[in-house]
Amino acid sequence: MAGQNEFVRKVAEKKYEFGFTTDVQTEIIDKGLNEDVIRVISAKKGEPDWLLQFRLEAYRHWLTMKQPAWGHLTLPEIDYQAISYYADPTKKTTDDGKKEIDPELIKTFDKLGIPLEERLALSGMAVDAVMDSVSVKTTFKEKLAEKNIIFCSISEAVREYPDLVRQYLGSVVPYRDNYFAALNSAVFSDGSFVYIPKETRCPMELSTYFRINARETGQFERTLIVCDEGSYVSYLEGCTAPMRDENQLHAAIVEIVVMDNAEVKYSTVQNWYPGDENGKGGVLNLVTKRGHLRGVNSKLSWTQVETGSAITWKYPSCILSGDNSQAEFYSVAVTNNHQVADTGTKMIHLGKNTRSTIISKGISAGKSENSYRGLVKVGSKADGARNYSSCDSLLLGSECGAHTFPYMDVHNNTATIEHEATTSKINEEQLMYCNQRGISTEEAVGLIVNGYAKEVINKLPMEFAVEAQKLLSVSLEGTVG
Amino acid sequence: MKSEQQYIDFYDEAGAQIRGRSCDVMNDARDRAIGVFRDKGFPTRKVERYKYTDVAACFEPEYGIALGPLDVADSPYVTTIGRGGVTATRHYATVADMDDPLTALNTALAHDGVLIHVPRGVRVETPIQVDNWLRGDVPTMMNRRMLIVLEQSAEATIIIHDHADDGQRFLSTQVIEVVVMDNSSLDMYEVEETNKSCSRFSNVYVRMGRDCRVKHNSITLNNGLTRNLCDVYLQGENSEVTLNGCAIGDGEQHIDNNTLIDHQVPNCVSDELYKYVLDDMSVGAFAGRVLVRKDAQKTSSRETNSNLCASPEARMYTQPMLEIYADDVKCAHGSTVGVMDETALFYMRQRGVPEALARMLLKNAFMGQVIDQIRYQPLRDKLFVKVEKRFRGELEKCGVCGLCK
Repeated sequence: MAGQNEFVRKVAEKKYEFGFTTDVQTEIIDKGLNEDVIRVISAKKGEPDWLLQFRLEAYRHWLTMKQPAWGHLTLPEIDYQAISYYADPTKKTTDDGKKEIDPELIKTFDKLGIPLEERLALSGMAVDAVMDSVSVKTTFKEKLAEKNIIFCSISEAVREYPDLVRQYLGSVVPYRDNYFAALNSAVFSDGSFVYIPKETRCPMELSTYFRINARETGQFERTLIVCDEGSYVSYLEGCTAPMRDENQLHAAIVEIVVMDNAEVKYSTVQNWYPGDENGKGGVLNLVTKRGHLRGVNSKLSWTQVETGSAITWKYPSCILSGDNSQAEFYSVAVTNNHQVADTGTKMIHLGKNTRSTIISKGISAGKSENSYRGLVKVGSKADGARNYSSCDSLLLGSECGAHTFPYMDVHNNTATIEHEATTSKINEEQLMYCNQRGISTEEAVGLIVNGYAKEVINKLPMEFAVEAQKLLSVSLEGTVG
Repeated sequence: MKSEQQYIDFYDEAGAQIRGRSCDVMNDARDRAIGVFRDKGFPTRKVERYKYTDVAACFEPEYGIALGPLDVADSPYVTTIGRGGVTATRHYATVADMDDPLTALNTALAHDGVLIHVPRGVRVETPIQVDNWLRGDVPTMMNRRMLIVLEQSAEATIIIHDHADDGQRFLSTQVIEVVVMDNSSLDMYEVEETNKSCSRFSNVYVRMGRDCRVKHNSITLNNGLTRNLCDVYLQGENSEVTLNGCAIGDGEQHIDNNTLIDHQVPNCVSDELYKYVLDDMSVGAFAGRVLVRKDAQKTSSRETNSNLCASPEARMYTQPMLEIYADDVKCAHGSTVGVMDETALFYMRQRGVPEALARMLLKNAFMGQVIDQIRYQPLRDKLFVKVEKRFRGELEKCGVCGLCK
């Protein structure tokens, strides 16, 4: 037992790897939130009037709303006037007045393993790197443009492809959707915009890396992915933040539109700063992610590995409108120390013969709380809808909690819905079996946890799978004895 | 507050009359209860535990409130709360969640109730049956109250049967508090066979001691709108609770079962099985929460909810929840909503069984899993017949007591 305690202590002391800050000249607007701030953000981005009006309407609606409190978590009081809503670390100009990327930023992303120079990058992946409120660089744009694929920051898309953005922005997550969606719609800064034209298979993985750097700011990114008929794209998202004593707010929106016969695979490895071992600091990750499967035979797959953030509160969802559309949700959520996660998905079946699969694995350690909350709704016209959900929770330690709150609303008699959930601790027989064969408890726990999460990790693209596996071992190994 | 106001007004006007017909132990809890009700009103659908039933709408129509004396046959174990003496004083309003608005309303308005008291070491061989007859010339509201106390090492089987007259609207609230002390065993069956003009709000609260065994069965054969809540608090080690339920809905019937199993101590076992068959435009809802507290190590819990929707308009809402704060536990839940097994139907039709009969047989078999769990054989046999009749459409009203018209 003494050995186990020692190991737990060692892991608890393990520092967050990406907690450094970058010292760059950053232009930050004054703290506070009002219509003038929104006008300033819009003006800085050179946005057209319709977008400014969209932001203002969202802001006015947000003012009428109350912060929700129904989650299995307690949000610390957020003073929305104490946050700066725009921080631009890219404002470095050369002597001749040309804007260039601060080498410090390039170094930062190098350190995070995201080289911004194309010759250094993995050839199979294009990256949009976003720091604070601004996209630093998008790689391989030209190569993608050869196939008429648009991959750029959303600010650029608003300037270059206003009609496309206007057509789809807010069509999946309207600003009235929820409190944080309204806030994001009012103040959103950079995120990525992806448009895959008809009958195109995106030749490389698209990826966005989000980094919070500046102090007392929030990140309100907005991502919009449109996959037109018969196309395919795999999109990855990664994120980190420095270690700070105060909480930082991250309220994002991701909207995905999938047309006839198209397929989108969206993978996230979320590693925001989780706060220290006493629960101080950390990112509040309050995100609305939703995909609309508009077309027949369309497919959307969400895969998420959630290891960071002090509080994670998000439900990547799918609206299955197109007949025969298919949705998948694979999730591993790991919480340690004082982290809290209330995450899951919503599968809303509206079209005929729609199918959805939910595989959720929760792992709780330390004093953390980990909840799965999910909704499977079958509309009255969704004949032949099929859902299978499986939610397993693993408890490592006697002070953590694991909860399952599934909701099933079925309005159609031809639907088949199945849900199963289990909660248990690590199987002692498996541990003993490993020990017997000379594998230490520490390694055995790692093996068992990795095996447990394998079903989800296998769904990740290879580069991410390796990272996710490493993250799991950092977050977990040895939290149990 | 329109729905609430008529009950608050009634209490203000008739409070003295209710008190006069009641006893000290019930009167002592009344003022606080009406205070809770005044503050909270009827729970809206935004309240998580009430999200599937519009409570205020059910209480909105005007009802005459029944304050007549209870007809309780003399029995060594059954009496009224008013005559319950020290047992009633010790346990009344101690188990129920007095902050629940419906429990509060019942506590404020109920003038008497049934007390079943099984003393220490007594094994009651014959089941105790409580029949609730809803009868009246005008739309009537009944506020039923029951207290069941099983002292140490006692054993009993209790059957509570609801019947109703035709042709009148009835609204009933019911609060049953059950105290099961160490080493006792209780089988409790609630059978509802009323009709489509009846609304029922039943809250059952069970507190269990050490080494106990409780089996609670809720069977809804015929009804209008039913909302059953069953909360079980496991407060002693090595106890075992089984909650079973089945519901058959057709027409516009509404059946909402909401359960909580609260594992407060280690080494307890809970098992829950609820099944619904829904036809026509009926609505079914099941929400079962299993809470395993921090110290409740070695808990084993299993929860299953299976449902058959037999018509395009039937709706089913299901919500099996696990909330776990202890690590050395084994908890699982499963839930399904589905259609009849087409292969089985085909198999039967191949062998000459007409489709309607084949469907009925399948529904019967589906419900059989819950009925099979009933340990009291005469009731089990009777329910098999009743369920079959119900599926044939022959069981429009209670055909057993001879009192229902």
